Amino acid sequence: MSRIIDARGLSCPQPVIATLNEIKKEQEGEIVVLVDTDTSKENICRAAKTQGWQATNIDAEDAGYRITLAKG
Amino acid sequence: MSNKTLSFFASRWGIVLAGLFIGVFASLLQKMGNPGNMGICVACFERDISGSLGLHRAAVVQYMRPEIIGFVLGSLIAAYMFKEFRSRAGSAPIVRFILGVFAMIGGLVFLGCPWRAILRLAGGDWNAILGLLGLVGGIWIGTLFLRKGYNLGRSQSTYTSVGWLLPLTMLGFLILMIIFPQIPDNEKNGVLFYSMKGPGSMHAPLLISLIVGLAVGFVAQRTRFCTMGAFRDLILFRQGHLFWGVCALLVSAFITNLIFGQFHPGFTKQPVSHTMGLWNFGGMVLAGLAFALAGGCPGRQLFLAGGGDGDSAVFVLGMIVGAGISHNFGLASSPDGVGPYGISAVIIGLLVCLFIGFTMREKTA
Repeated sequence: MSRIIDARGLSCPQPVIATLNEIKKEQEGEIVVLVDTDTSKENICRAAKTQGWQATNIDAEDAGYRITLAKG
Repeated sequence: MSNKTLSFFASRWGIVLAGLFIGVFASLLQKMGNPGNMGICVACFERDISGSLGLHRAAVVQYMRPEIIGFVLGSLIAAYMFKEFRSRAGSAPIVRFILGVFAMIGGLVFLGCPWRAILRLAGGDWNAILGLLGLVGGIWIGTLFLRKGYNLGRSQSTYTSVGWLLPLTMLGFLILMIIFPQIPDNEKNGVLFYSMKGPGSMHAPLLISLIVGLAVGFVAQRTRFCTMGAFRDLILFRQGHLFWGVCALLVSAFITNLIFGQFHPGFTKQPVSHTMGLWNFGGMVLAGLAFALAGGCPGRQLFLAGGGDGDSAVFVLGMIVGAGISHNFGLASSPDGVGPYGISAVIIGLLVCLFIGFTMREKTA
C-alpha cells in the first residue's frame, strides 16, 4: 500500500516540502501525492526527479491531480 | 493546448525566456517614459495606484499604473486559456493582509520590490546590492520557519466569482482611467489623482504599459515566475529552476540598458534611491521575510490572484493599503534617506513577522 500525501489547498512550497520529507523517509517504493493546482503538480514532479524518483502516473481527480511517484 | 506547449512553459527554457522577456520590456518601458530603474516595480506601482486612489497624498507618487492591471488580467487570460483558473480562498487571509502591509512598508524603506532591486542593479545602482542581500537574508529566515513546519493552513475551493473579484477590481481601475484620463497640468480628474512631478508623473503611454503588462502577466502565469521563490528554492531545496529566470531578467535588463544608454554605475545620484545601506538592507530583510511567509514575491501574488487565488488577492490589497500607511505616516524613504518613522516600522514589522513565523505551525503529516 503506497503512502498518500494530501497536499490539496496547501500553498507553495508546502506540497514540495511534504513530498521531499516523505521521499527521505521511504527511500524507495511508491508515494501518491494529491494536489489541486498545476503549479504544485509541476513542482512535485520536478523535485521528485532531482531525488531520483519518477512520476509514473498523473490522473486528474477531484479538480486536481493524483500523482504517483516511484523509485526502485 | 498541446502537452508540448505546456511542458515548454514548465521547462528551464520557459522560465529563462520569461526572465529575458521581463528584463527587456522593463528597460523598454523605462525608455518609453517609466521612472529610472523602475521600468517595472510591483511595489512602487502598487504604491502609485494607492496614491492615484487618494489612499495617500504623496503628490509625487500618484498614478494608476496599467502594468499592474495588465499583470492580473494577463494572468487571468492565461489561466482560462490553459484551463487552470481555480477559485480558492480561506488560508489565513488576515495574516496574508498583514504580511502584505509589512512587505510594502519594508519595500518602501528600500524603495523597490525584488523586481526593481534586480532592475536597479541592471541599471548600475549599487545600493541595490545591499537590498538584494537583505532580500536573501529575509527569505533565508523564512526558510528556517518553513523547515520547522510554518504553514498558513489549507485554502478551500470556492465560488468562481470569488476568484474574479481582484481581476474585476483591476478592470474597474482601468475603466476609471478611461473615464477620468490624465489632463495635463491637473493633479486630479474625477476620483483619480495624477502626479504632476516626480516618479508618478513619469510613465509610458497607457496602451503600451497595458499591453506589456498583459503579456508579462500571461508569460509569468504560465512559467510561475517568482523572484522570492527563486532564492527560497535555492536555499531550501538547492533547486535552481526559478533562479534561472531571475538571472535572465538581470542579464537582459543590463544588456537593454547598455543599448539605450540607461546604465549609470555608482552609489550616488541614482534615480528613486537612497544611500543608507543599513536600511536598504533592513527594509528588504523585512520584505523578503514577508514574501517568504506569504509564499510569493509581489509579482507572483498578482499572477496567483489572476488565476483565482483569493488569499493572494488579500496580500495584494494589504500591499496597496500598506503603501497608504507608509506615505501617510512617514515610513517610506525618499532620495534623501529613510522617513522619520521608517526604522521603527521595519523593527515592528520584523517582530510581527517573527510572531507569525513562530506561532503558525500546523502538523500536516
